[in-house]
Amino acid sequence: MNIAALTAWLDERLSISTLAAMAQKKEVPVHRHSIWYYFGGMTLFLFTVQVVTGILLLLYYRPSAENAFESVQFIITEVKFGWLIRSIHSWSANLMVATLFVHMFSVFFLRAYYPPREITWVSGVLLLFIVICFGFSGYLLPWNKLAFFATKVGTEIAGVIPIIGRPMLRFLRGGDDVTGATLTRFFGFHVAVLPATATVLIGIHVLMVQLHGMSVPPDLIDKPVKKMKFVPNFLLRDLIGWILAIGVLAALAALFPWELGEKADAFAPAPAGIKPEWYFLFMFQTLKYLPAKIWIIDGEVVGIMAFNLVALLLFIVPFVDRSPQNKRRRLVFNLVGVVALLFIVVMTIVGYVT
Amino acid sequence: MCTHREMKALRDVTSSVRCAIMAFLTLLLVFTLASAQKKSSCIECHARLDDSKLSAPAKLFDNDIHRARGLSCNDCHGGDPNSDTKEGAKDPSKGFLGKPKTVDIPAYCGKCHSDANLMKRFNPSLRVDQEREYYSSVHGKLLRGGETKVATCISCHSVHGIRAISDPLSSVYASNVAETCATCHASADYMRSFGIPSDQYTKYKTSVHAAALYEKQDLSAPTCNDCHGNHGATPPGIASVANVCGQCHARQAELFQTSPHKAAFDQKQLGECITCHNNHAIAKPTDHWLGINPGSLCINCHKPGDKGFVAAGSMRSQIDDLIASIGKSNDILDQAERAGMEVSRPKFEMKEATDALTHARVLIHTSVTAEVDKVTAPGLAAAAKGYQAGLGALSERRFRREGLAVSLVFILFLAGLVYLKVRDIERRQKQAAIADEG
Repeated sequence: MNIAALTAWLDERLSISTLAAMAQKKEVPVHRHSIWYYFGGMTLFLFTVQVVTGILLLLYYRPSAENAFESVQFIITEVKFGWLIRSIHSWSANLMVATLFVHMFSVFFLRAYYPPREITWVSGVLLLFIVICFGFSGYLLPWNKLAFFATKVGTEIAGVIPIIGRPMLRFLRGGDDVTGATLTRFFGFHVAVLPATATVLIGIHVLMVQLHGMSVPPDLIDKPVKKMKFVPNFLLRDLIGWILAIGVLAALAALFPWELGEKADAFAPAPAGIKPEWYFLFMFQTLKYLPAKIWIIDGEVVGIMAFNLVALLLFIVPFVDRSPQNKRRRLVFNLVGVVALLFIVVMTIVGYVT
Repeated sequence: MCTHREMKALRDVTSSVRCAIMAFLTLLLVFTLASAQKKSSCIECHARLDDSKLSAPAKLFDNDIHRARGLSCNDCHGGDPNSDTKEGAKDPSKGFLGKPKTVDIPAYCGKCHSDANLMKRFNPSLRVDQEREYYSSVHGKLLRGGETKVATCISCHSVHGIRAISDPLSSVYASNVAETCATCHASADYMRSFGIPSDQYTKYKTSVHAAALYEKQDLSAPTCNDCHGNHGATPPGIASVANVCGQCHARQAELFQTSPHKAAFDQKQLGECITCHNNHAIAKPTDHWLGINPGSLCINCHKPGDKGFVAAGSMRSQIDDLIASIGKSNDILDQAERAGMEVSRPKFEMKEATDALTHARVLIHTSVTAEVDKVTAPGLAAAAKGYQAGLGALSERRFRREGLAVSLVFILFLAGLVYLKVRDIERRQKQAAIADEG
C-alpha cells in the first residue's frame, strides 16, 4: 500500500480532506496587535509539555508522605535525565501561568470576547482557574518543607470563607491538618480531576476559536485588514515559538535546576518569611495589608471575598461589554484592566522585596 | 377576750422576738464561719510588729511551701496559736521551742523530714535521709565539732520563705544553686578561717557547664551540687573524681579506666579528669589540647621519644586528617549545592564522617592509637565518598551545560530552518498572487 492509497483509505474514514480544506480556508488577521495571537498557542504548547513531562514523572513518583520526597529525590539524582524532566515540568508550569495571564489580558484589552465569543472567554477563565489549581496542587507533591507550609497557609486562607470555608478546608486537606491524606488528595486532583477537566475545556475553547476565527480589535473592525493563512503561515510561526520555548526551558532547567529543598516535617517550625508561588503573591500581600477588622468583619475575610467577587466578575465581562465600539465603555474597561494589571504587578513586586 | 389594742401589742412583741432570733442566728452563722478559719495568733501579732526582724518571718511565710501544705508556725516552733496573749502563745507547757540554735537546726528540720511516715502525708516522693546525709558532709561534721559558721538547712533553703526546689524563685533551684553556695564560698573573708579557696564560683562561671546552664538554660547542666552532692556536700577526692564526672561523661570515664593513663595517674596521685580538664573552670575542649605541638596538654607530662608522646602525636594527626577531609568534602558539596545541584543525600551521608570525628574525640581517652584509628578510618572513607559525590555533581553540572550548548545550537538551527521555510512559502505565495493578478 503506497502513501496515496493509505491517505485515501484514511480520508474515506476520517474525512481528512474536508478538515484540510477547512484549515486551508482559516485565516489570521495581520495588524499591529497580531503578536498577542501567539500567546494562546504558546500556552497550549506549554500545557502539552506539562502533560508529557508529568506522565514521565509519574513513572517514578510515589504519592505518600513517606515516599514522595524520596521519590522526587530519586528522580533528580538517580534517574537518567530525571533532573531535566522534573525541572522542565516545574519551569514549564510557571511559564504556562505567565503566558496564560498575558493571553487573558491581551484578550481583555483587545476586546476579543465580544459576541459571539462569550463561551470562548468563559471557557478561558475557567481554564485560568484550572491552571492555578494545577499549580497549587502540584506545588505540594514533592512534599518539601516550603510546599508543606505554603499549602497549610493556602488552605487556611480558603478556610476563612464564610459558611463553606471550613468544610472546604477539610475537603482539601482530607482532615483538619495538612497530612499524607492531603498529599494523596492533591495528587488525585493533579493527575486525574484537573487534567480531565482541562482537556474538556481546552477542547471547547479551541473549537470555539475555530468556529468563530480570530477576533479583530474593535478599532480595526471596519477597516481593511491583511490576512495570512493559518496553515501553513501562522502554524509555522507558532512552531518557531514552540521550538524557542523548548530552548528556553532547556536553558532554565540546566542553569537553574528547580530546587527540592528539605523534606516536610509537620513538627518543625514554619520557615521564616514563607511566601506562596509568585502567581499567588499579589493576593497574599494584599491580605497582609488589610486591617484586622473592616467594620465588624475580619479583614482577611473581606479580602478573600473581594478576590472571589473579582473572579466572578471575570466571567460576566463579555455579557456586560457587549458593544466593542462603545468608546466610553471601552475607556472604562481599559482603565479597569490597567488598574488591575498595575495592582497585580506592584503587589507581586512588593511581596518579593518585603 | 383580748381587746384590739392588746392583740396589736401581742403581734408587735411576736414580730420583735422573730427579728431578734433571726439576728442571733445570723451572728451565730458569721461566728461559726469565722471560727472555721485556722487561727494563728503568731502571724497576726508578728506581722504587726514594727521590728522588721520580728515581722519578716510572718511576711515571708506567705510564700513558704510549708504554709502551702497546711502547716503553720507552731508545727515547727510549738506553742499555742489560738492564744491571744504573747505569754499564752509562747507557753512552754504547750511545747513552745522558740528560735532553734544553729547546732540544733538539722535535727529541728529532721524532726519531720527524717520521718518517712510523716512525710508520706505531704510529699511521698521526698527523700528522708537529708539529716543523715548532712552529718556525713563537711558542713555537718564541722557543725558536730562545734563550728557554727557552717551551712545548715536554712543557709541554703532560707527560712520561713522556703520554696519547692522546682520553683525558679527557690534559692536551690538549679540555676540558683551556684549563687547560693557562693554566698559563703565566694567570700574570701568567710572562707579564710576554713583555709579553702574562694574562687570556685568565679571559675565555675567561666566553665562550659555554666555556659550550658545560664546561656542555653539547660537545667540538666551540672552546678555545684551535681558534683559535690547537696546534703552530703563533700569535695570529691582524687580517687573519686572520675566517678563524679563519669555520672554524665560515662563513656569517657569508662575508656579512661582501661587506658594506660589510669595506672600512671593512680601512681602519681593525679586527679583523673581534672588533670587535663580542670575542676571548676572546665573549658570547652579543643583538638589543640591533644598532640605534641606547643600548647597541647600531653607535653606537660610526655617528653619526645616516649610512648605517650608518639601516641599523642599520632592521635592528633588522625583527627586532623579527618577534620581536613570533612572540610574538603563539605566545601565541594556546598559548591555543588550553590550551583543548584541536588546533593542533600551525600550531605546527609557526611554525618557518618562527622559522627566518626566525635567518636574519635571520645576514643582519645583510651590513649591507644589503634582504637582511634578504628573510627577515623571509616570516617575518612565516608568523607572521601562525600568528596566523590561533590566531584560527580560538579561534573554533572558541566555535562548539563555542555549538553545545553549543543541542544541550543540544534534548537536555533531548527528554528532558523522553519523561519526560512516560512519565508520561502510566503515568497511563493506572493509570486502566485502576482501571477494571479497578472
